[in-house]
Amino acid sequence: MSTPSSQIDAKSDAFFANAEPMRRLVEDLRQKHAQIAKGGGERAVERHVSRGKLLPRERVRVLLDPGSPFLELSALAADAMYDDPVPAAGIITGIGRISGRECVVICNDATVKGGTYYPMTVKKQLRAQEIARENRLPCIYLVDSGGAFLPEQADVFPDREHFGRSFYNQAMMSSMGIPQIAAVMGSCTAGGAYLPAMSDESIIVKGQGTIFLGGPPLVKAATGEEVSAEELGGGDVHSRISGVADHLAQDDRHALALARRAVGHLARSKQVDLELREPREPVLDPEELMGVVPADTRTPYDVREVITRIVDGSELDEFKRRYGETLVTGFAHIHGYPVGIIANNGVLFSESALKGTHFIELCCQRGIPLVFFQNITGFMVGKKYEHGGIAKDGAKMVTAVACARVPKFTIIIGGSYGAGNYAMCGRAYSPRLLFCWPNARISVMGGEQAAHVLSTVRSDAMAARGEVFSDADREQYMHEIRCQYEAEGHPYYASARLWDDGIIDPRDTRRVLGLGISAALNAPIEPTPFGVFRM
Amino acid sequence: MFDTLLIANRGEIACRIIRTARRLGIRTLAVYSDADANALHVREADDALPIGPAPARESYLRGDRILSAAKRGGASAIHPGYGFLSENAEFAEACAAAGVCFVGPPADAIRSMGLKHAAKQRMEAAGVPVIPGFHGESQDPTTLAQAANQIGFPVLVKAVAGGGGKGMRRVDAPDQLEAAITSAAREAKAAFGDARILIERCLDRPRHIEVQVFADAHGHVVHLFERDCSLQRRHQKVVEEAPAPGLAPDMRAAMGEAAIRASRAIGYRGAGTVEFIVDVSNGLEGAPFYFMEMNTRLQVEHPVTEFVTGTDLVEWQLRVAAGEPLPATQDDLAITGHAIEVRVYAEDPARKYLPQTGTLVRHRPASGEGVRVDSGVAEGDTISHHYDPMISKLIVHGCDRDTALRRLRGALEDYEIAGVVTNQALLRHIVDHPVFVRGDVDTGFLDTHASEVIPVEAEAPAELVALACAAILAARSARAIPQGGKDPFSPWAVPDAFRLNEDGLDTLSFRFRKHDFDVVAHFTAEAITLEWGRHAVVVRDARVDGADRVSAVLDGVRRTASFVDTDAAIHVIQRGRTLRLDRIAARANVDDDGAGGGVIRAPMPGRVTAVLVAEGERVRQGQALVQLEAMKMEHTLAAAASGRVGQLSAVVGQQVEEGATLLVIE
Repeated sequence: MSTPSSQIDAKSDAFFANAEPMRRLVEDLRQKHAQIAKGGGERAVERHVSRGKLLPRERVRVLLDPGSPFLELSALAADAMYDDPVPAAGIITGIGRISGRECVVICNDATVKGGTYYPMTVKKQLRAQEIARENRLPCIYLVDSGGAFLPEQADVFPDREHFGRSFYNQAMMSSMGIPQIAAVMGSCTAGGAYLPAMSDESIIVKGQGTIFLGGPPLVKAATGEEVSAEELGGGDVHSRISGVADHLAQDDRHALALARRAVGHLARSKQVDLELREPREPVLDPEELMGVVPADTRTPYDVREVITRIVDGSELDEFKRRYGETLVTGFAHIHGYPVGIIANNGVLFSESALKGTHFIELCCQRGIPLVFFQNITGFMVGKKYEHGGIAKDGAKMVTAVACARVPKFTIIIGGSYGAGNYAMCGRAYSPRLLFCWPNARISVMGGEQAAHVLSTVRSDAMAARGEVFSDADREQYMHEIRCQYEAEGHPYYASARLWDDGIIDPRDTRRVLGLGISAALNAPIEPTPFGVFRM
Repeated sequence: MFDTLLIANRGEIACRIIRTARRLGIRTLAVYSDADANALHVREADDALPIGPAPARESYLRGDRILSAAKRGGASAIHPGYGFLSENAEFAEACAAAGVCFVGPPADAIRSMGLKHAAKQRMEAAGVPVIPGFHGESQDPTTLAQAANQIGFPVLVKAVAGGGGKGMRRVDAPDQLEAAITSAAREAKAAFGDARILIERCLDRPRHIEVQVFADAHGHVVHLFERDCSLQRRHQKVVEEAPAPGLAPDMRAAMGEAAIRASRAIGYRGAGTVEFIVDVSNGLEGAPFYFMEMNTRLQVEHPVTEFVTGTDLVEWQLRVAAGEPLPATQDDLAITGHAIEVRVYAEDPARKYLPQTGTLVRHRPASGEGVRVDSGVAEGDTISHHYDPMISKLIVHGCDRDTALRRLRGALEDYEIAGVVTNQALLRHIVDHPVFVRGDVDTGFLDTHASEVIPVEAEAPAELVALACAAILAARSARAIPQGGKDPFSPWAVPDAFRLNEDGLDTLSFRFRKHDFDVVAHFTAEAITLEWGRHAVVVRDARVDGADRVSAVLDGVRRTASFVDTDAAIHVIQRGRTLRLDRIAARANVDDDGAGGGVIRAPMPGRVTAVLVAEGERVRQGQALVQLEAMKMEHTLAAAASGRVGQLSAVVGQQVEEGATLLVIE
């Protein structure tokens, strides 16, 4: 057993110089979150509350077990993406505990554009459903939505990964035995009507919830029939006449109590097939994570200083410590759950990739969840390395990561560039959850490298045409590239587009991983058949 | 002495008799109604036999069944306790006929004191002072009115066969007399099967001082001094003490001698109490005292006498019944110190003393030197509507009244009761009241000082609310750690309301006295801030020990309390105060809503005594609809709004549960 040790001096100037920028980033993140949590503005909130409805975040809170955690997903979704602000993309999603079971909660925010579906709303809902499916978590839909946001219908309605996919997912999950439960707490119009209709069990709030394929205006236009929303598809209609809803709730709280009761009747419990240990807090203070990571992402540091402030007892039992040293691999526990940890400690060489591949095979063989800490500029380049077959060694690791069927979790704690993103279980490699620290940067390469590469390409092209790329022009051009990369590589930019599941305070990393692993254990850990490793 | 004693009673007195019997090596046989199958007195007795359904008239008042139980159980004596058959001459005779010893006075003595007017005549003849009044046979209104005028208003109209305040009315003016007579007669008829009433002078500042007497079969009669039971409500004693504050030795002696004369006049045997009323309009010194009545049984308040005389009156009763001479002579008896008893009732003084029913989720009597609690219930037992709502008697003894009072205050603070509303706060206020502290209480005290002693809690006390929340939050943490199952250490079970990039928040929703309120808990790394109404309390280090004590630092000061958390409510108990907060979370049990506003429901369990309207009848707002007799009171239920009587389900004589629909106004 390794004994925790650290080179970090929390009283040093260097530590303070690192911690201050990180604190500012976290503070900015909290402020941003607070703004988003306000929903669609004072007036919309007032109108919502005046109807006797609970605000969406209150709904989620009342739905969850009292005082239990909520792992919210992608709170920054749709941030700065549309002409109007669409906080959290108008939908709250996350994992929470209901009647002792981890569930995925999907809750429309009717204070944001009437809870209508923007393209990012759809993407966020589908991502939540994906998490539910992969981890076999019951889905609870708290519906209060006017349906598709019509001006954006082309990016909401027709494609494979658009609105229709939600109902496909519901049907598929239901067929897999993953419960689908809906509480209709407001409008549920047109396509949205299928949400409760496709659910295994549904609840509707008297006098508030309505479900219909076509609302009163559409009915009048189509057939001339004049009918009120309540008569057309209110709670009484659906619980007594149509059978679209199974339970009639008196109000929001009652509906949420009924939803909790429904989850309580699922009568399944999770089968954990891992050997657990009693959790121990890290010996090294997680608070120091703020100052461990250099403010300048290019400054190297020992990633073990991060790992040991996250894992139980700060104990990391390393695997192949002396080989392929730019990748740290080892076994540890987080909240008592055994994990295999893979963390970057420099650029990836062939040896590091082979070490990573070997370690992933080990974890898959043993059914141990994998945690990736990404801080990667990419694979080593140059003649020597290309000749040495770094591409095929990198491919081995990418193959191993892609095929690994154990639950994978990725935390981007710094840069995430190029093929390194793939090998370290980037978004495309289906980690069960992927979170960024607020100092993270994601792009195909660093802004500086991109500026050099692109200016060289342009310079060469101009030279071929007999033109001259002046130093001033070059500098201007490079500046623009850097700016673009800085903006697009920013974690807010990434999180808005759902390239991750959210941005977290580094000090919450241990808790987030613990929650994620626990939730993931709702699905059995399956054996991994690997693809062909190029030798 | 007897081998086996049947105790024809229930509750605290049955338990108390069992204790003495056990000490004397006598086997005990309890009897019980269906409602009491698992009651404390049944659990404590050596054996127990069932005697019928819950209503007393079908069980504890059924002498025949009790006698056959005695036969079956091999009991050679029956102790009737107080109430029920204790003053029933026919039962005493039936016992004698069956060859079973009745632990009580001879049937004749019971009979001669049972009818109050006859009793007073005999007392008068025996030279015992009696209060001016009409005790005639005639119940003719004119005769009664004349008598009342002769005595002088205010007068008291009382049931001839009465007791315990039933069938008793105060009348201040002649024009109220007839109505009072009618209703007193009706109540008397219902309670005793005897509608006759008598009229007496009503004293302005009366004190109730009674003398304990004891007589044996060998012609010895002693008195064991007095008890002051002036603190009453509606003639129901609430606080009793011995000796009577301020009573001079010569007056004590005079009253004692009068009581002995009274006993001798009727050939008394056993334990008895001669009740006197003392007119203290001009102070206690040399005040006139009048014979009121004689209770031919052991009194509820006998423990104060036991404390100051160092006796066991139940033991005396058993010895006398067994034919032994009195254990002491008058000269052997003396008063040592001072004793006070308070009766702890399941009732809500703030709601006209409405009797309360429910489960005692917490019952931890006070204890310590000079503290005695006689109770017939234990934690987890239910206070039902079938019987008297008394939970227990708390009795303290000290070397003087001051010491006794201090012990009483302490004991009232230590006594933990939760699950039913009690008069505990009222008792605390009484004990702290300057008039009571001075020992100058007359029988009008509770009416005169109602606003000073009846607890009013418009809002839940902030400290107790905060401790309730602290208990709930801390208990969650305690529960969260080892929860068993396949994921025993799950971070999902940590109840810190964890959120990403914001502080956790939780709302605790409560109902206090029919008002709903939310407490918002803000979680930060260092503390939890609770906010409700105009209150904000910072809670740190909330801890729960042994699942029933909570301790937390509230705004910098460590506070502790005892608590019980059932699914339905949390009860916080601190220094004699109990806060009950109903928890409004588990509402899933309600599917669709029930009937609406015009539903008249029984406010408490009881028996329908009158239905004053018919189906289809139009009623005005405030019009009386149904009368309900519950416990010892008659309740009139009135229309909340005008309308037409729709469905009428109440039937006269019907026993209804709390919340039962009686009728619907459309």
